Amino acid sequence: MKGRPENLSPEVEARPVILEIDGLTHYFDSLRAVHDFSVTIKEGELVGLIGPNGAGKTTVFNLITGVYRPTAGSIRYEGVQLIGLPSHEIIQMGIARTFQNIRLFANLTVLDNVLIAYHPHSGYGLADSIFRSRRFREREKAMIERSQEFLEIFGLADRQNDIAGSLPYGLQRRLEIARALATQPRLLLLDEPAAGMNPQEIDQLMELIHFIRDRFQLTIFLVEHRMRLVMNICEWITVMDFGEIIARGKPEEVRGNPQVIEAYLGRQAIR
Amino acid sequence: MRQLLRNTNFTFILGAVLVFIVVQALISLGVLNAYWQGIIFWGAAITMVSLGLNLIYGFNGQFSLGQFGFYAIGAYASADITYRWVRNDPSALVVVIFGSILALALMFGVSAFLRRFYGVATLTKFLFNFLAAVLGFFLAVRFVNPAIGKVIYAALNALPSGISQQLIFFLALVGGATLAGIVSYLFGIPVLELGSDYFGIATLGFTIIVKVLLDNTDTILPFPEMKGARGMVGIPKWTTWPWVFICFMAVVLVMRNLIHSSTGRAILSVREDERAAELVGIDTASQKILAFVVGSVFAGLAGGIRAHDLAFLHPTTFGFLPSFNPLIIIVFGGLGSMTGTIITGFFWIFLLEGLLRLYLPEGFETWRFVVYPLVLLLMMLLRPQGLMGRYEIAFLRRPLPPLRVKEASPVQEVIPQAGEVTA
Amino acid sequence: MSVTVEARRIEQRMLQRRNGVVLNRISQVVFALAGILVLYVVGRAAAANLGVFFQQVLNGFQLGFIYALIALGYTMVYGIVKLINFAHGDVFMVGAFVSFFTISLLNLHQWPLAVWPGMNPTAAMVIGTVTVILASMLTCALLAVTMERFAYRPLRAMPRIAALITAIGVSFFLEYFGGLPFVFTNNYITYPRPFEVFVLNADMVPPLWLGILWGMCGIAAIVYGILKVLGNRGNARAQAWQRNPFLQFGMLFGGFLGVALTIIWLTPRLVRTHFDLTASNAMLIIMGISVILLVILQYIVRYTRIGKAMRASAYDKPTSRLMGINVDMVIAATFALAGSLAGAGGVLYATAYNRIHHLMGIIPGLKSFVAAVIGGIGSIPGAFVGALTIGLVEVLSAGFISSPMRDAVAFSLLIIVLLIRPQGIFGEAPGEKV
Repeated sequence: MKGRPENLSPEVEARPVILEIDGLTHYFDSLRAVHDFSVTIKEGELVGLIGPNGAGKTTVFNLITGVYRPTAGSIRYEGVQLIGLPSHEIIQMGIARTFQNIRLFANLTVLDNVLIAYHPHSGYGLADSIFRSRRFREREKAMIERSQEFLEIFGLADRQNDIAGSLPYGLQRRLEIARALATQPRLLLLDEPAAGMNPQEIDQLMELIHFIRDRFQLTIFLVEHRMRLVMNICEWITVMDFGEIIARGKPEEVRGNPQVIEAYLGRQAIR
Repeated sequence: MRQLLRNTNFTFILGAVLVFIVVQALISLGVLNAYWQGIIFWGAAITMVSLGLNLIYGFNGQFSLGQFGFYAIGAYASADITYRWVRNDPSALVVVIFGSILALALMFGVSAFLRRFYGVATLTKFLFNFLAAVLGFFLAVRFVNPAIGKVIYAALNALPSGISQQLIFFLALVGGATLAGIVSYLFGIPVLELGSDYFGIATLGFTIIVKVLLDNTDTILPFPEMKGARGMVGIPKWTTWPWVFICFMAVVLVMRNLIHSSTGRAILSVREDERAAELVGIDTASQKILAFVVGSVFAGLAGGIRAHDLAFLHPTTFGFLPSFNPLIIIVFGGLGSMTGTIITGFFWIFLLEGLLRLYLPEGFETWRFVVYPLVLLLMMLLRPQGLMGRYEIAFLRRPLPPLRVKEASPVQEVIPQAGEVTA
Repeated sequence: MSVTVEARRIEQRMLQRRNGVVLNRISQVVFALAGILVLYVVGRAAAANLGVFFQQVLNGFQLGFIYALIALGYTMVYGIVKLINFAHGDVFMVGAFVSFFTISLLNLHQWPLAVWPGMNPTAAMVIGTVTVILASMLTCALLAVTMERFAYRPLRAMPRIAALITAIGVSFFLEYFGGLPFVFTNNYITYPRPFEVFVLNADMVPPLWLGILWGMCGIAAIVYGILKVLGNRGNARAQAWQRNPFLQFGMLFGGFLGVALTIIWLTPRLVRTHFDLTASNAMLIIMGISVILLVILQYIVRYTRIGKAMRASAYDKPTSRLMGINVDMVIAATFALAGSLAGAGGVLYATAYNRIHHLMGIIPGLKSFVAAVIGGIGSIPGAFVGALTIGLVEVLSAGFISSPMRDAVAFSLLIIVLLIRPQGIFGEAPGEKV
């Protein structure tokens, strides 16, 4: 199958496809950011995308979530073509993402941050909120309760009324993941979740990722710069350099691939 | 009783009713003369306009200078309705009300149609909605008015005169506000997409275009009764304190309830980080249009109130210089603070139009606008976040849900608790 | 947690939708037809009355060049501090009033004759006028720098809205302080021009002048074209020479004055019915002075140290600071340049239209701002092109659509340009980092 390593277990291969990217190409003016990028992800997988700085990893996420419109190629989510759809519709279909540089609603409370992600599922309209109908009160209460559950899972329950911008960095990262999960995704895109974390925190993060995948039955596609995290948790990995895929396979295969070592680790070592 | 007083909703309603009774009593007893009554009405109108702008800019983050354009549309539309009505011509009433209904219905249909496509450009959306609105008003002028104008006139005049007058006034206010809303919707579809400064510039252009059109209502537009740059006289003076109070409270309540709802949070998220909002599934374009339309409806309503208090409308009232007033009021009061806007809005008129005008010595009238920018400068230097910052009185404050009672969660053991991390 | 009903519903809706490209095409055609219709109506009116058309083109040039001087200030200030300096139009007003006082009270425009009584009157007129303009430019530069120092600089770390409100405050202050009875009063004042204004007619234009101007423009354009071709082939020196201020001067000065004089020379020969073209020497002087100032400004921004520092600061302030650029000083210099151009614009405007008033800065200020936005805010050639566009469109719409609607037409053009190309004609699309 296109965009997948050959040697995955038949049990995994039998699952339905959730995301199918084919021949994705994107230019910024004349700069080639992504070229002929193909990846196919099946339900329940945990897939990594790695590569040195500027390899085009975040651009791939931006293309999936409709921030940019690709120059060529196709992106299918559960069979639906995503290209040309606005971002919010793509998110509402069940894809959620986090950001490399945290982008919370910094002046709002922690709870509001999560509630905003619930908005498309609020279940009441403008008239309900203006006239404070019973429907409004019921749905609002339910929304708040569900959001509080999320905060509890991420250890943020007692800070729900704090201003999000005032949280320490580690909690902001967690809040961002909580907010992404509140959009009720089936596919979660994590953009460098380990940025700025020390090895101990990365261990905690790995546990967290495993936990949310099982708890919410998610498929996870993550971009990472740090090998430690990717090598340990991903089932298989795609390696990018200069906008092109240079290798794909299970972590141990990728680790031994000379091209990857040259493009990625070699440069990393020099730096 | 103490229990009741602690309930913020109750205290607010009690306070509002008290204010209403006291002012009504003062008016009835003749303590407040027409001048000060006018100042209060004016203050309420300006506050309503500013609340609308605060929704657009303070809460939704869209820098707009177009608020006075919608204020003017509301004022002139509602004034035209009552002006013609008292001269036995129901056409303006019928056209505005039925035209709005038809236009809204057609625009609703068009929007439903467009929702069945993806990748529709904003200009396409604008064009289809624009054509729908034009068609709606065209039908009202061409068919509805000749068909039922006389019937409506006879029917409304069959009511006791007091009731029919109040009803016409109500319809005029609603008509003006709706018209402002429709125009803002059409204008907002393509222009809100520009974002930040460009949106501000485009809305500034809108205000100026409206002003120029008002200057030429009798020559370029077909409304001789508005008398262009000479000013529209002969509008019935129907604004009374109960009407002002009802409209004002309606604006405050609608805005409060809107902001403190899921939609309100979505509106806020656009201000905080539009891209992030889009990427947690918020349809930011709709939120922006919603806030813009609601804010403009407030302005249109205020225009109707002001027009029927002043009984005279002149294009310079809606010109370039005064159009900054709402912006200054909301920045003074604190962006994103309803309380601040309400306080500054009233004080603004009390001070600039009331006290300073009356109590400054002879010849110092011209100094008002020399001193006031200096105060503005000092204010910006000393307290750029505005008088109130983001403070709200209890009734208008965002409710903070109580912490959830902790159950023994199985999750806690699985999830490692983060220590305080510094990046 | 399973997927909610809402999510499924949204997805269902999405699957059933069709591509909206057809609708977009339809609306593009409708918009294009509407545009063609407007152009056709205006074009027919213009063709039916060619004399008025040429007259309005000349008037449009005159207005456009004045707008250009003001628009450059807006665009430079916005480019570097991202502030819409609403007070800029009032600096322009002050410029006009300063020249009024230097002329009526100090007789500054006649100083060469006072010092050397036997001087050639034309030379004295030129020197006197230039002195008046320089005096206004200097005062306005000082005013702009003062404004920046005391009103804007303290707020630079604050949210941008604070600076914007301050700009509005400064604008009101200048307007109403100027309106006080002992300052400029709130009446219209007739402006004493620094030089005699007379109407030019076709006989007063020797074909030799036309030849010289067109020659200048032509030679400069040919040289520019050659350099451009060489530059595109990668010749670095040719690329550098393309921006030579003398080349620009040759093309702009020769071109615009050539067009203006040609219109004056040609119209009576072209339009059969008798038609008086009221083109004055003021028109040509305004165009000439504006072109000279524009070229000097281009030179300053491109070649001098301060100009390079300006461009660097506009691009990235923190990094410029790290590179040892005194950003505060650069911003002050930008305001000074902007102010001086507005001052010159004020003198020229007052000379052209002969009447001054303490609120005269508002509308030209706004129009110039519109011009800067249309051209692409932050871009100097953009401001120039935008200003000429606005000048021409305004004056042509006054001539062929409806005079009271000229402001509305100018602002409608703004909105249309923003919708089609939000970054303006010469602006660069803002990139966003996600």
